[in-house]
Amino acid sequence: MENTEKIYGINGPVIYIKGKTSLSMGEMVFVGNSRLVGEVILLTADMTTIQVYEETTGLRPGDPVYGSGQPIYVTLGPGILNNIFDGIERPLASIAKESGMYIGRGVTVPSLDTEKKWPVKMKIQEGQFVAGGEILAETQETESITHRSLIPPKVSGRVIYAAPDGEYTVEETIAKVKTRNGDEVEIKLAQRWPIRVPRPYGNRFVSSRPLVTGQRILDTLFPIAKGGTAAIPGGFGTGKTMNQHQIAKWADADIIIYIGCGERGNEMTEVLEDFSKLVDPKTGNTMMNRTCLIANVSNMPVAAREASIYTGITLAEYYRDMGYHVAVMADSTSRWAEALRELSGRLEEMPAEEGFPAYLASRLSGFYERAGYIQALCGEEGSVSIIGAVSPQGGDFSEPVTQNTKRFVRCFWGLDRALAYARHFPAINWLNSYSEYVNDLAPWYAQNVSRRFVTYRNRLVTILNDESSLMEIVKLIGSDVLPDDQKLILEIARVIRVGFLQQNAFHPVDTCVPLDKQYRMMKTILFLYDKCKALIAAGIPVSIIRKEDIFEKVCNMKFDVGNDEPEKFDTYLELIDKFYGKVLKEQGKTNVD
Amino acid sequence: MSINYLGLSSINGPLITLEGVKDASYNEMVEFMIKNGSERRLGRIIQISEDKVVAQVFEGTEGMSLVNTHTKLSGRPLEIHLSRELLGRTFNGVGEPIDNLGPVVSDKVADVNGLPLNPTTRVYPRNYINTGISAIDGLTTLIRGQKLPIFSGDGLPHDRLAAQIVSQANLGEGSEEESFGIVFCAMGLKYDVAEFFRKTFEESGVADRVSMILNLANDPVVERLTAPKVALTIAEYLAFEQDMNILVILTDMTSYAEALREVSSSMGEIPSRKGYPGYLYSELACIYERAGIVSGSKGSVTQLPILTMPNDDITHPIPDLTGYITEGQIVLSREMHDRSQYPPVSILPSLSRLMKDGIGAQYTREDHQDVANQLFAAYAKVQDARSLASVIGEEELSEQDRNYIRFGKEFEEKFICQGDDENRNITQTLDIGWDLLRTLPREELDRIDTKILDKYYEVKED
Repeated sequence: MENTEKIYGINGPVIYIKGKTSLSMGEMVFVGNSRLVGEVILLTADMTTIQVYEETTGLRPGDPVYGSGQPIYVTLGPGILNNIFDGIERPLASIAKESGMYIGRGVTVPSLDTEKKWPVKMKIQEGQFVAGGEILAETQETESITHRSLIPPKVSGRVIYAAPDGEYTVEETIAKVKTRNGDEVEIKLAQRWPIRVPRPYGNRFVSSRPLVTGQRILDTLFPIAKGGTAAIPGGFGTGKTMNQHQIAKWADADIIIYIGCGERGNEMTEVLEDFSKLVDPKTGNTMMNRTCLIANVSNMPVAAREASIYTGITLAEYYRDMGYHVAVMADSTSRWAEALRELSGRLEEMPAEEGFPAYLASRLSGFYERAGYIQALCGEEGSVSIIGAVSPQGGDFSEPVTQNTKRFVRCFWGLDRALAYARHFPAINWLNSYSEYVNDLAPWYAQNVSRRFVTYRNRLVTILNDESSLMEIVKLIGSDVLPDDQKLILEIARVIRVGFLQQNAFHPVDTCVPLDKQYRMMKTILFLYDKCKALIAAGIPVSIIRKEDIFEKVCNMKFDVGNDEPEKFDTYLELIDKFYGKVLKEQGKTNVD
Repeated sequence: MSINYLGLSSINGPLITLEGVKDASYNEMVEFMIKNGSERRLGRIIQISEDKVVAQVFEGTEGMSLVNTHTKLSGRPLEIHLSRELLGRTFNGVGEPIDNLGPVVSDKVADVNGLPLNPTTRVYPRNYINTGISAIDGLTTLIRGQKLPIFSGDGLPHDRLAAQIVSQANLGEGSEEESFGIVFCAMGLKYDVAEFFRKTFEESGVADRVSMILNLANDPVVERLTAPKVALTIAEYLAFEQDMNILVILTDMTSYAEALREVSSSMGEIPSRKGYPGYLYSELACIYERAGIVSGSKGSVTQLPILTMPNDDITHPIPDLTGYITEGQIVLSREMHDRSQYPPVSILPSLSRLMKDGIGAQYTREDHQDVANQLFAAYAKVQDARSLASVIGEEELSEQDRNYIRFGKEFEEKFICQGDDENRNITQTLDIGWDLLRTLPREELDRIDTKILDKYYEVKED
């Protein structure tokens, strides 16, 4: 039964209904004659407040508001991957077919293609007892991903009907389950789930496996775990989006959900064009086969921007429950927070810091806590990792969104305007960034890369920190006054910065680097450092050492050594040995080793 | 027949309240007849509570009274008539002709608020526009379909720079002349500046391809809010339906944001940063996002917004939010301007996000990206050397640092600076870049691929 109310007042994306209504909190409603999608956000005895996910131009008092009887939901099923949706899961390509190059209002298109027949292989039999979350059927969703349809989490009972293997649309019933209290539940390929409710899982673990991104500064210095959370804050032009793109392209997740929340239209087009062409080295298929894009660009309605983050995370949880490792890119969470602020302002709520509502922190924590490494109800392990970009006002990290985000994430990759101005990319500042996962992941690195990996990593961090304190002195009095061992630290830190931390996203070899190469690069740099230290101990000044071209060679090894040629690093170690011998000889010293 | 309402409930700044209205719709236009029907004004409904509406009056509420005002609802949002004849004409902020050439006749009518472009129908912009200015072409390349604002300050030559871009920009590159047009939108502009642009358009022979939307400094504030929307509606029509390449100049975006704040505060809304309303980002995005290229059309909308940063502060909400929406920015420096350097483009904070895909062997030259990266990196070192020199004196610097200081000076003089009628092509620009880079030792050039270095660094003198 639909229940119809009437509009009383309109203020931007917010509309009011007078009097007590039977609508419930969070209920999805359809507003006006063109049935714009909205959600109930406030109920009082004399007023119901609704936020509308589309432009409200043309609405009049007295226009109907239809209740739907259910909270705002997404449709889950095959067809989500290799697709691009708006903030409330309407497929943009179908919208384009309906309303042309612009996104019209009140366009009703189903989230998933209802005509397409999917080849389904059933995994259950009639008479079998099933519980919520169990695998019901399998479908090849894209060339890379097998879609596992699940028994809805709240359903359990005896299978009284299981369709034969074959081709089905998302709306055809493929199974019926008789629950304990005698209800018969029809199960289809497409299921619904409310976006603001986290999906249930079996157990949750502390993750001990990294999400390998192929980006050196991330994997080596500030790693994120599968099921972890990270924030990338940075002013405009510091490369938040570039970093998100790089991770989306190269991370070793099975599925990528990319949420463009209040960002540029051209950027979403770029991702769509790029990912449709780029080949995923793991599967040999295009990247779009494992990707779902949620595009709520900055000039699309603000309320849908608020919802887009939840839509994205719900889709991610759905694939996690099938036993996949999912990475969610949220670009940018600040736009989402601003949508909260805008709506809060329209509701005339008492603002807290900088006009943001007081519930900003709890909403942020609620979102980031939906990440995690879990055992799903079907018994498989899966994870959702969240990487959220933050766009602080004026690039100032002390603003409320950055500060509150920092409390709920365990990885902080702070982008730095000075580095970006100097075109040092990725412009992640190694001094104020951190990862709380380093210790959790240390055993994994020891087992899978090298037992010295973390030791080397810590040495790099120490050198970089020493450089920063030395630079304080250099800024005041110049570098000439430093003793030679400290000059060497500056020199080696430069090699680390240029040769290791800087990574060229447009270079075919350098754009994604395997962990083994990262490890060998570290090893080579530290070997060079140790040899130079020995030379200095032998009384040879840095100015002599610097004349050798070995430093430039080491800086360029990221380009000169292919990703699959680890043996080439041995020649570098030999080169360094030769350089060491040569300098000693020229300076008339004997080997001090 | 629509109903005429007599009288108003209240007038506050540019806003009026009217009660007992039937069938008002959100965002629709209303018409006011005042002074016994001798004067007509337009307004827009911005808030409705049952039968009570709040409306903005475009020409301002001066002279309106509570008793003697007749209000008529139009039932439609602000719309303008569209045709190719819009070029060569001048309009006010609500799209009414102010050049005494009569109304625009056309069947094609569009809502100025526009609709968001569907990302799946967009085409990612890749075609570069040669502006003939080294600082832009070489380091912050402008791409057709991009939105690239000029961040300036009061008294800086942003108008001169915009005028130079207009007269030198080769938008139609290789294609026919007719496909090129300019939409010029002035918001709160001084008369002299508007006149300067008008003269520039005439002198560069494009006057009949320019559509001007003028809202001068003494024109009504509320019209400042609709002026850019009118301009972009015209631009979208010409670009996407008439296949033209349109350059939109929006100046000054700061006045637009100020107007937004003024209206918001008279509505009693809760302010966020510096008194600007919480929806400033969304409002700015609704303007800047109306640029691009769509599949199925040969045209493009390229935006060149100009904004003056209050107190030269790039972290002020207006430039800050703008920078998050636009695809880069060209920042002007007061320090360089004071040294009489023109154009005073401050290189380090300037950026073109679309540059990476629109340059290189296919579009400009294979070494372009590397040269640009190296010039940026070297110039960043110049800044370090300069700040060290200001502490310990130039004599105490190491030879390397002194070398960079010399490089910085030459870079500013030879690369960035040029005359306002000097039109350099991309080869000239990149060659000047190499002349400068050659003055640095080869091992300092760590951003350039070895192959490119081999090809360009040593050679010459033939």
